[in-house]
Amino acid sequence: MKFSDGFVEVLGCKVHLRRAGKGNPLLFLHGASGAPAVLPFMEKLAERFDVLVPEHPGYGQSDEPAWLENIHDMAYFYLDFLKHLGLKEVTLVGSSMGGWIAMEMAVRDTSRLSSLVLVGPAGIAAPGVKPADIFLMSPEEVVKGLFFDQKLAAARLAIPETPESIDVGLKNRHTTARLAWEPRLHDPFLPKWLHRIDVPVKIIWGKQDKILPAAFASHYQKLFPKAEMFLFDDCGHLPHVEKAEKFVEAVCR
Amino acid sequence: MQIILFHLMPYAEVDIDAARKHGTVWGLPNKHYDPQVAHRLYNRFLDELEYGEELGFDGISVNEHHQTAYGMMPSPIVTASALARRTKKVKIAILGSALPLRTHPMMVAEEHAMIDVISGGRLISGFVRGIGAEYHTFGVNPTISHDRFHEAHDLIVRAWTEKGPFSFEGHHYRVNYVNLWPQPMQKPHPPIWIPSQGSKETIDWAAHPDRRYTYLQTFSPSKVVARYLKMYRDTCQGFGYTAKDSQLGWSIPIYVGKTDDAARREAKVHFENFRNVFVRMPLEMLLPPGYTSRDSLKNVMKAKAQMFGDVTIEQAIELGLFVCGSPQTVLSIFKNHWNEMRFGNLLVSCQFGTLPGDLTRKNMELFAREVMPGLKALN
Repeated sequence: MKFSDGFVEVLGCKVHLRRAGKGNPLLFLHGASGAPAVLPFMEKLAERFDVLVPEHPGYGQSDEPAWLENIHDMAYFYLDFLKHLGLKEVTLVGSSMGGWIAMEMAVRDTSRLSSLVLVGPAGIAAPGVKPADIFLMSPEEVVKGLFFDQKLAAARLAIPETPESIDVGLKNRHTTARLAWEPRLHDPFLPKWLHRIDVPVKIIWGKQDKILPAAFASHYQKLFPKAEMFLFDDCGHLPHVEKAEKFVEAVCR
Repeated sequence: MQIILFHLMPYAEVDIDAARKHGTVWGLPNKHYDPQVAHRLYNRFLDELEYGEELGFDGISVNEHHQTAYGMMPSPIVTASALARRTKKVKIAILGSALPLRTHPMMVAEEHAMIDVISGGRLISGFVRGIGAEYHTFGVNPTISHDRFHEAHDLIVRAWTEKGPFSFEGHHYRVNYVNLWPQPMQKPHPPIWIPSQGSKETIDWAAHPDRRYTYLQTFSPSKVVARYLKMYRDTCQGFGYTAKDSQLGWSIPIYVGKTDDAARREAKVHFENFRNVFVRMPLEMLLPPGYTSRDSLKNVMKAKAQMFGDVTIEQAIELGLFVCGSPQTVLSIFKNHWNEMRFGNLLVSCQFGTLPGDLTRKNMELFAREVMPGLKALN
């Protein structure tokens, strides 16, 4: 499946967008490490959905708009993005920071959404559970922390750095800090409004997630009592990468 | 030249092995902190600064650091207040208050003004952003550090100089009634100094004709100091005026001994502890995202091996990161640098790292009696 590769301008902000497939739209919102490449899970999803993978404002090849100051700005941006592209019946899938953005969107407006898939989401603090401090970890440590299977981490670290990839890494880290430094990776007010999410919710977590430990999942289960929960064995923070087939199966189910 | 005695007030009796093992004294678990030890150290260090007045220094200086053995002054206001009452003539320099870390800049405006009034107009007011590590420990978002710094500065200077009440509408700070009691004694306000590790953005801002703040290059190799002081002067020329020497300063640790050999021998372990234990921290801690521009961050990443490795006292002297030797040697080094850079202010740390009280006093005395007169005469 060949993904188209281009830019779309919303609110004066150019975002880099990859898109492929036919069917109802599926918007994938990436996490703090960005979405620099088309990955196998995207291609598999494109057999069932019209898959859209943007790089968020402030990430990758997308613009860094001055108005982007917090996660709420990002949520409003993507609600406008859905409207701008005329997307309806959207399956909204968010990994980590992207899961946080997805929840912030859904508490505001679900009229264009058909369901929500949260993949090791950030956004909510759980009592007694500490996320890894990604800002004190070196980029290498972050990559190692993302995976259960360290061969995958080694493979990712073996990709040679280029001046462009270094710039993108620093840009992504900057935007993540801007949105999530304090309160760290969550919005303390978000849990008050989760009842507004009136579409089906699926939650997917890697049992060996070292960034946002799977202990978060039981807290989410309380907050989303009707949600379907998928806990993957031998899996770290990126179930869509590490367990692509099971992930696609869970999304499509 | 104006000479100021600067003190970091480190937790000098820190368990060096534990600090080495932890990798940094920034965020070293506070089980390593003993209030009895700190009690002795605080009082020793305050005595040393007060002794600076007796020895004829033009000023004495303190600064702000958090959650670290590097410096025990989370509030330089506390130490500056104590010094304001115990001294009569010297200037008291707070270099500086970390504006973005403070919840409200009004508090900084008030506290600095109090010290200026209590001391009879002897305050030098320094503003800094705080070290990168402090954005981790304090939780303040480093990507808005510059914004908060500039806005806090604007509010403080307006609070010092404008008749109140007036309202301040900022992006980060909003106050309906700004009406400061007390107003500073010095008019229009205490001198403002900007300590920096070197940045073009800081220099552009400090040198602006509306401000003309004293730019202070801290703990850098002498070549780097020369480069940034020249950049400051050139920037002033670009703004259409010539910088006064009093707008330039250099802050550096020094050690004066009877002979060059004696000085190196006495200072070696204490300086190396300072440079290789107290100053050290990982890159991610030193430069959180947004604390510097991404271009500066990339330059640091390139120089990483050099910046984050150990430095011996001999290398530090060679680099001009540390001035150490007999009185004649120290005087001639500073004279040479002054001839090149014409800095009007020299800040010397006579205590650094683990340097104990007897050596600190010996250092201060030799410097004050045998080096300082020659430096003060430079004009």
